[in-house]
Amino acid sequence: MQPINKIHTTFVPMPMENIDTDQIIPARFLKATTRLGFGQNLFRDWRYESDGTPKEGFILNNPQYSGEILVAGKNFGCGSSREHAAWSLLDYGFYVVVSSFFADIFKNNALNNGVIPVQVTENFLQKIFLLGKEERLTISLEDQTITIDKTGESESFDINDYKKTCLLNGYDDIDYLLSMKEEIAEFEKQHVY
Amino acid sequence: MPQTLFDKIWNSHVVKTIPGGPSVLYIDKHFIHEVTSPQAFNGIGKRGLTVLRPQNTVATADHNVPTINQHLPIKDELSRIQVEQLKENCAKYDIELYGLGHPFQGIVHIIGPELGITQPGMTIVCGDSHTSTHGAFGSIAFGIGTSEVEMVFASQCVMQTKPKLMRINIDGTLNSGVVSKDIILHIISQISASGATGYFVEYAGSAIRQLSMEARMTICNMSIEMGARGGMIAPDETTFDYIKGRQFAPSGEQWDRKFAQWKELYTDQDAVFDLEINIDAVEIQPMITYGTNPGLGIAINGYIPVMDTIPDEGERKNIIKGLQYMGLEAGKQLLGMPVQHIFIGSCTNARIEDLRLVASIVKGKKKNANVQVMIVPGSQQVAAQVQAEGLDKIFEEAGFSIRQAGCSACLGMNEDKIPAGEYCISTSNRNFEGRQGAGARTLLASPLTAAAAAITGVVSDVREMMPQ
Repeated sequence: MQPINKIHTTFVPMPMENIDTDQIIPARFLKATTRLGFGQNLFRDWRYESDGTPKEGFILNNPQYSGEILVAGKNFGCGSSREHAAWSLLDYGFYVVVSSFFADIFKNNALNNGVIPVQVTENFLQKIFLLGKEERLTISLEDQTITIDKTGESESFDINDYKKTCLLNGYDDIDYLLSMKEEIAEFEKQHVY
Repeated sequence: MPQTLFDKIWNSHVVKTIPGGPSVLYIDKHFIHEVTSPQAFNGIGKRGLTVLRPQNTVATADHNVPTINQHLPIKDELSRIQVEQLKENCAKYDIELYGLGHPFQGIVHIIGPELGITQPGMTIVCGDSHTSTHGAFGSIAFGIGTSEVEMVFASQCVMQTKPKLMRINIDGTLNSGVVSKDIILHIISQISASGATGYFVEYAGSAIRQLSMEARMTICNMSIEMGARGGMIAPDETTFDYIKGRQFAPSGEQWDRKFAQWKELYTDQDAVFDLEINIDAVEIQPMITYGTNPGLGIAINGYIPVMDTIPDEGERKNIIKGLQYMGLEAGKQLLGMPVQHIFIGSCTNARIEDLRLVASIVKGKKKNANVQVMIVPGSQQVAAQVQAEGLDKIFEEAGFSIRQAGCSACLGMNEDKIPAGEYCISTSNRNFEGRQGAGARTLLASPLTAAAAAITGVVSDVREMMPQ
């Protein structure tokens, strides 16, 4: 995993609620056996017609919007546990997703892949949606803050200390679990199932 | 201090809690399938690791397998590669695989319980959100991502933050025509598709106690559809009777030892939950969904809400977007609306009791000429039981297409898809846009309601077709 700390870019707004992982990456694109290349099918059915032509009006097809930050309505990433959703966002180039509420499994999957889920208040989220497409957001993982550059308005976001350390340094949970090998073996001695 | 059922199991599986961080949770049973495991196997391979406890992992092929001619090579190249990789990986790492052609093959959340692998007090994970199904046995069972599958391979542990706890009490007697699918669709319609996010749910109350194990599994299965990390039901005589004698269930002295432990698995009298919800069973009607998330459901004879009654703007936009996709109108009834497809299957409703419910309605009748009906037993064992009971004859005579076990049109990864723009009454768990095929329009309902529509060709109230 790549270390990550500060992201300072424009953003892509998707003000819909309950964006489920079937929309982020439809099931028929889950047949790969590697983690690469999922970005081309990110939001596939919202982004392309069935013949593959880009759908006019869908934000990812609008060259005026860009950036490494996706901003979405509440309950982002609900539904299927497919980690391919996080892989497709990362592969497309999103390192941060901002929402007022994340589904649990997606949140874990994002964190395990170096995508920062930034949970803000509904009020702050609506403020972002009102910004122009040229405006920038700054996310600092170190400070746990998200700031609207134009107005200087800022909110802090939650992330547990352990995950923060992992993301800042590019460590993953497997590194940690491997370091626990002896404690796990001890646990197994007294644990019967 | 009084403890909840969840606390008792959680506490006995925590290897370590990181201050200000997650806990390292030991996993008793790990189920894997072809779609979310290949990258995890590749991951441990790259790191030069092996599977730490291969005997604690069980594999099957279900998500993208064909449901016809399973004895032939899989036509779709990518699906074939995934299924072959699963086979190779299981052989390489010494993991038990119930692959295509094996008498134990089937949907992962159906075979675990029916083989007696799923047991009370266990921690169970699988790279699939419907792993919550196994909670019906009084276990902590939840879906994980592929990175976490890799963690279980490498260490037999995952890292989890302890969720908040919710108890949903359902008391009273269910109305005729109301089955467990209606209970869970009712609950989700009340608390919304995100209403239980951050929580683990225990289902309790007299109406839950009266349910069979298979009915309880349907409820726990859809816990994720309201955002819950998982759902669980305390084990009781119904649970123990179900497990006893199954393939991998304990027996003899081992049974006695386990049984003594299992009897302690309940929420103590004064244990406190972060949230409790009470529901009166008589309020529950046969349910159907109209929108594009499982929380958008109404009673079968109800009306799609009109927008002035929805105070929240975000929710209103959601419903409007859903109705547009579904080609439906606010304020209208679904009753009497023609449908083109019926899908009876999935980890929610493809067990033998579900198929018996369907048979009870369609016996001696023929399907409506304008609908196509696909019935997909959840496992090879369910399919064998269907034959043993002669239900296959009932379905054949009704004109249903009986398939072989797999996830099928629940998620449309294989050839079983619903065409764009057409309506499908489905016993599965998700009505998301495109879930059953690009442009497909899904109405979630119980096996009884699906059976009724198969005969009439329109959305129907099964209570009018049941013997008095």
